[in-house]
Amino acid sequence: MRALWLAEGGEFVPPGAGDFNLPPIFLGITKPMVLVVLSIVIISVFFLIASRRLKVVPSRFTFIAESVYDFGRNNIARELIGSKDFMPYVPLIVAMFTFVLVNNLFGIIPIIQFPTLAHIGFPMALSVLIIYPLWNYIGIRKHGLFGHFKHQLVPPGVPKPVLVLLVPVEIFVKFIMNPITHGIRVFAAMFAGHLILLVFTLAGEYLLLEAGGALKPVSVISWAFAIAMTFLEALIQVLQAYIFALLAANFIGSALSEEH
Amino acid sequence: MSAILLAQEASLNQGLSLIGYGLGAIGPGIGVGLIFAAVINGTARQPEAQSKLMGIAWQTFVLVEVLALIGLVLFFIASAK
Repeated sequence: MRALWLAEGGEFVPPGAGDFNLPPIFLGITKPMVLVVLSIVIISVFFLIASRRLKVVPSRFTFIAESVYDFGRNNIARELIGSKDFMPYVPLIVAMFTFVLVNNLFGIIPIIQFPTLAHIGFPMALSVLIIYPLWNYIGIRKHGLFGHFKHQLVPPGVPKPVLVLLVPVEIFVKFIMNPITHGIRVFAAMFAGHLILLVFTLAGEYLLLEAGGALKPVSVISWAFAIAMTFLEALIQVLQAYIFALLAANFIGSALSEEH
Repeated sequence: MSAILLAQEASLNQGLSLIGYGLGAIGPGIGVGLIFAAVINGTARQPEAQSKLMGIAWQTFVLVEVLALIGLVLFFIASAK
């Protein structure tokens, strides 16, 4: 919107971080808030409808829901947490996967067109307020307070002088950078992807309407690239959802693993 | 005269941060190339291992890609006037 009215002077204004500040719809409720609630409604309704009247041989719709659940349970949770005690964490992993997936896919659905995780607050809440305290809680519950830190910071078989260097590095990586990069990964991917789509789309619109006659056909090339980047963006979005759930399961598994 | 005066007010932040991002994207670019080169080599030696190799490839790709993405985010932060 900002780019549109500024471009009337004839100068192309490239989209920037300001284009992510959507104005409130009413009463201070903004579009990303509505989209997050919508994503939860979609996911809940999907699983609730699919799990009514379960039969031994599933129907097609139930099969899709079961595939999503099996993917989160077998490929993500059981692989990374271990087959002994992964079951309590399967709902969390499936919830993380589907939540990030649906919110990411909002970025390429025509009317919605905004990946909610491109606002830094949403993925940081997921990683710093949910996964990180849970990881600490699981580790402290299993190994005790001191045992959790020892388990994470002191790998077995390391000579004492190396520990002087290793422990501060491990504190920085595991207790500060891991939760931060867990959230920043998906935020930066969605931010960059949305910006790429904005650049090609707005550039095509500018070339068609504002630029000189010889440049007008170039807008078609710009929009063709926008379509190509949309497909790449779809791949990145699904991948980022998978990786978010995978890393969450990885952290839980590392807190639960036995002493070697 | 006024152009020179205006030029003295311009900050180099945007240009420098763009150079910084470009330099910072060298490492992840090489890293992603190495990952998928290993996948191609492994698949060439043993085609049955392709699905397992691609699974590992996507997991490590995201770890390498986040460095380039952090660079992009820092570009926007650093390019403020």
